[in-house]
Amino acid sequence: MMTLKVNGRDHQIDAEADTPLLYVLRDDLALNAAKFGCGLGQCGACTVIVDGKAVLSCVTPLMLLEGKQVTTLEGLGTIADPAPIQRAFMDEQAAQCGYCIAGMMMRAQALLMRNASPSDEDIRNELEPHLCRCGTHMRILRAIRRAAGLMNRADLSSEPGAVR
Amino acid sequence: MTRSAVIGSVLAALVLGGAVAAVAAVWRPAIGAIDPSARQPFEPDLVKRGRALAAIGNCSNCHMAGAGKDLAGGVAVPTPFGTVFSSNITPDADTGIGRWSEAAFRRAMRNGVDREGRHLYPTFPYDHFTNVNDEDDRALYAYLMTREPVRSATPENRLSFPFDQRVLIAGWKLLFLRRDTYHPDSSKSAEWNRGAYLVEGLAHCGACHTPRNALGAERAGAPFAGGDVENWRAYAINADSPSPVPWDADALFAYLRNGWHPDHGTARGPMAQVAANLSSVSSDEVRAIATYTASVFGPSAPDRRRQAEMVLAEVKSMPDRALGTNAAGASIYAAACASCHDSGRPVPYGGINLALSTAISSPDPRNLANIVLSGVTPREGERSPIMPGFASSMNDGQIVALLNYLRSRFSNRPAWTGVDQVVANTRRTQMPPLRTAAGQGQSHVEPAQRDKP
Repeated sequence: MMTLKVNGRDHQIDAEADTPLLYVLRDDLALNAAKFGCGLGQCGACTVIVDGKAVLSCVTPLMLLEGKQVTTLEGLGTIADPAPIQRAFMDEQAAQCGYCIAGMMMRAQALLMRNASPSDEDIRNELEPHLCRCGTHMRILRAIRRAAGLMNRADLSSEPGAVR
Repeated sequence: MTRSAVIGSVLAALVLGGAVAAVAAVWRPAIGAIDPSARQPFEPDLVKRGRALAAIGNCSNCHMAGAGKDLAGGVAVPTPFGTVFSSNITPDADTGIGRWSEAAFRRAMRNGVDREGRHLYPTFPYDHFTNVNDEDDRALYAYLMTREPVRSATPENRLSFPFDQRVLIAGWKLLFLRRDTYHPDSSKSAEWNRGAYLVEGLAHCGACHTPRNALGAERAGAPFAGGDVENWRAYAINADSPSPVPWDADALFAYLRNGWHPDHGTARGPMAQVAANLSSVSSDEVRAIATYTASVFGPSAPDRRRQAEMVLAEVKSMPDRALGTNAAGASIYAAACASCHDSGRPVPYGGINLALSTAISSPDPRNLANIVLSGVTPREGERSPIMPGFASSMNDGQIVALLNYLRSRFSNRPAWTGVDQVVANTRRTQMPPLRTAAGQGQSHVEPAQRDKP
């Protein structure tokens, strides 16, 4: 039994130490935003944020998350009140089939948390581990730039330290 | 003359003679600058041959600047004596080598002296390039002179005293610049001889794979016995090779050509670029390099071959792996590594079975730490191995546990010592993860972050 912190809540998890985080998120906690794509850490669809960094949850065993804070897409915003990154992806219609998009948003979010104004090259390099077979790459780039703009504006009005 | 006057004049003669000898050893004349616009055009075939030779010489690896302009130099090369910056070898007249005549270029390759007569630091591997023949120097010159000139001044080297005094290089050359490292051997095939010429010369394999002495020269007594490069270990490629399966010419050819081999894994770190370059030259040249290098490895001892056969048989039968005593390492392996490395899928679609991994059998854990932290970059546009880096999901202690587990589980060698120090160091000097060839311009980290070899 271990305690797993996800989206600000503690969960008691009864699973083997080598269970991939993705399985726990989807099967035990019903957090289905992170997707199972390849199961090999090669496509990026399972990306979540752990202590501020983008992590491939399909190759991250549970035992590595002791005491760490996991954030999934569900932790960023809701349908009624989407986070800037979610709003930007919707505004740019960046999803086609959408399977890769949750992972893309999580890595983009991690990038924007440490670099508020990334260059196009920064974004391309950061998103390199993610595959999208629909080919909405240009829209994804636009969405991340738009999210950076939204977050920078939000920063001016919201209190410091807010998650989004 | 009095006795003291005689002694005085003898002394004066000695000092003068010594000074003349010293000047002769040190001083090199400038070779006249040429007007770049007056240079005769080059034959396209010569330029083409020069391009292949430049790829074999791996020129762009050191002479690629941070801005990503090929051959414009400015790359910081860390040495035990300080940082040396690679020079701009584009034909720019002011900051490059546009005013160099072919004779000046040939002198630099052969003797390590620039056009103005200054001694060049042996970071530029003229101890190997001295073996390059006139014909190949001419082709290389033609190739370089037909590149786009890039205006980019080379930064000043940052060397501590007395190593910032170029006069010392003359002494270094007297001690270490040997011109007898390549001997044609008429009893061997033409292919072997071509390979020897390339490996000992332009390809300068020993620059990384031969250990260096305290003055930074390759140790003549330990050719290809393994060296250090950019926080990686360049494995021994002689009889001391740590590879679980002995190399042969066919395996070397495939590895150098494709960047990976099913029984040996993937070229990584600085070797990845070498293999990428060799994929662009004629297969005859790569075959020649493989043939000669196989003879450097030498025939493998019978017990080594037996052991390799055992490992290969074990890999095929895929036994259930016992967890051992390192539960943390075993759990990480099961969740993070086994889905690729224990899948039975062949390289490059699956990861290499780690019983075949040279990194795990290596004398030190640097390469394994580099791979686990940064992953393996796929090559753009081709099927090639890929691995995610784990720097974001594992802390140093967890990586140490994993490395120790892999060592004890997948090699029959004694445990490494100082793994925690290596992991901390590797994380500090880590290359940016997952760059493709297109983004390679930035693959060199700031010199301040790098460790001296």
